[in-house]
Amino acid sequence: MTNVTMTVNGKAVSGDVEGRTLLSSFLREGLGLTGTHVGCDTSQCGACVVHVDGKPVKSCTVFALDVAGAAVKTIEGMANADGSLGVIQQAFQDHHGLQCGFCTPGMVMSAAALLADNPKPTESEVRHYLEGNICRCTGYHNIVKAVLAASGQDVAAVAAE
Amino acid sequence: MHNFDFVKPSSVADAVRALSAQGAQALSGGQTLLPTMKQRLAAPAVLVSLTGIADTKGVRLDKGALSVGGATAHAVVAKEARKHYPALADLAGGIGDPAVRSRGTIGGSLANNDPSACYPAAVLASGATILTDRRSIAADDFFQGMFTTALHDGEIITGVVFPIPEKAAYVKFNQPASRFALTGVFVAKYGSGVRVAVTGASANGVFRWTEAERALSASFTPAAIAGLSLPSDGMIADLHGSAAYRANLARVLTGRGVASAH
Ligand SMILES: Cc1cc2nc3c(=O)[nH]c(=O)nc-3n(C[C@H](O)[C@H](O)[C@H](O)COP(=O)(O)OP(=O)(O)OC[C@H]3O[C@@H](n4cnc5c(N)ncnc54)[C@H](O)[C@@H]3O)c2cc1C
Ligand code: FES
Ligand code: FES
Repeated sequence: MTNVTMTVNGKAVSGDVEGRTLLSSFLREGLGLTGTHVGCDTSQCGACVVHVDGKPVKSCTVFALDVAGAAVKTIEGMANADGSLGVIQQAFQDHHGLQCGFCTPGMVMSAAALLADNPKPTESEVRHYLEGNICRCTGYHNIVKAVLAASGQDVAAVAAE
Repeated sequence: MHNFDFVKPSSVADAVRALSAQGAQALSGGQTLLPTMKQRLAAPAVLVSLTGIADTKGVRLDKGALSVGGATAHAVVAKEARKHYPALADLAGGIGDPAVRSRGTIGGSLANNDPSACYPAAVLASGATILTDRRSIAADDFFQGMFTTALHDGEIITGVVFPIPEKAAYVKFNQPASRFALTGVFVAKYGSGVRVAVTGASANGVFRWTEAERALSASFTPAAIAGLSLPSDGMIADLHGSAAYRANLARVLTGRGVASAH
C-alpha cells in the first residue's frame, strides 16, 4: 500500500491505495463519494466521468496513484454551497434529463467540461461532446435540452418533444 | 486486475532505467492498457507512468515541422496543432470521446499500433519520424503489422516530428460502438508528392496505398483515383463489414479526403 494525496472537491484528502486501485474505487470506497457511478468498468459508458485538473476523465480508466497531487472534482462538488442543485443539475431536473439516474453523474460532469470550454454550444456540439456518455433510458433528447438550457440558451426551439 | 508496483519518474533516463526491471511496462494515458489489464491480457509487475515527464509533452514548431511530444494527450494536439496542421488536429479531435482524449496520448497510440487506430494513418501519410529514447525511426519502418512496431523492449517514444503538408485531410468512417475507425484514410499533399495511408482496413495494420499516391501526385483530384480499386485480400472482415466493403470504403474515403483536403 502507498499513501496517495490529492484534492477532491476543494478538500485535501489522502488514503492508502495499491498500484491497481482505480480512481473510481478510491473515490467510492476510499472516500465514500459514491456519486461517481461505475457502469461498465470497460472505459465505454462514461458514467464514471470526473474532472482531473479541470479535464473530463473516465475515473475507471485512471489509477489513483497516477493522479496524485491533482485537483479532482466529482458530482458531489457540483451542488451550490448551500446544498441546492447547481445550474447544470437543476437543468437536468427541469428538463427531465434523467430517468433512472445512473448515467447522470457522468453526464453532468461531461456537460460541465463542455460548458467550461464552450459556454454556448450548438445542439450538434452538445450531442457530439456527449458521445462517450451512454444513457439507456432517456434517448438523450432531454439531456441535450438540459445542457443547452444550462448554457442559458432558449430550448423551446429544440425539435421533437 | 493483478497488482503491480507503480512508479512515476520525471525524466526519460529514469523511465528507461525503471523499464529495465523484470516485467516492467510503460503506462501513458492508460486508455488502452487499463482495459487490457482489467481483462488480464497484460499483467505487468511494474508500471512506469510516462506522464510525469514534462519534456515529452506539448506541440511546437521546429524548423518548419510540427513536433509532438510522446506523452501529449489527444485533446492537446486537437487544440494546439490546429493552426499549423489542421488535418492532424481534426484527427486527434475525432479520437474516441472527450474523456479518452484528455488522457490518451500519441506515444501510446503508436506503440500500440491497433489496426483500427487513427494516429498511425497520420504518421505514415506524413512520412513522420518517431523519436525514441535511443534513436529516430522513419514511419515507413515503424509499423510492422497488427499490434507490432519496430520498438524494442523498454524503448520509449519521446516524440513525433511531422513534416507539414501543403494540404491534407483525415476521413474516418466511424465504427459507432467502439468509435475507432471502421476504415480511415489520411491523404497528405507535399511538394514532393502525395502520400495516402489507410487504417482500419488491412489485417496487417496501417498501409500506404501507393497506386493512389502515384495517381494523385500526377493530378490531385478525386477523379484521378475514381478508376482505381484496392484488392480485398488481406482486408479485415468482421460483423461490421466484409473485406470487399472495407476495400471499397478505403477508395471512397480517399476521394473524400482529396476533395476536402485543407
Ligand atoms: C472508448 C475508447 C475509444 C477510443 N477510440 C479511439 C479512436 O477512435 N481512434 C484511436 O486511434 N484510438 C482510440 N482509442 C484508443 C486511445 O486513442 C488510446 O489512448 C491509445 O490507443 C493508447 O494511448 P495511451 O496513451 O492511452 O496508451 P496506454 O494505454 O497507456 O498504452 C498503450 C500501450 O503502449 C505502450 N506505451 C505507452 N506509451 C508509450 C511510449 N511513449 N513509448 C513506448 N510504449 C508506450 C504501453 O506499454 C501499452 O502497451 C479509444 C479508446 C477508448 C477507451
Ligand atoms: S464505468 Fe468508466 S466508462 Fe463506464
Ligand atoms: S437516466 Fe438511466 S441510464 Fe441515463
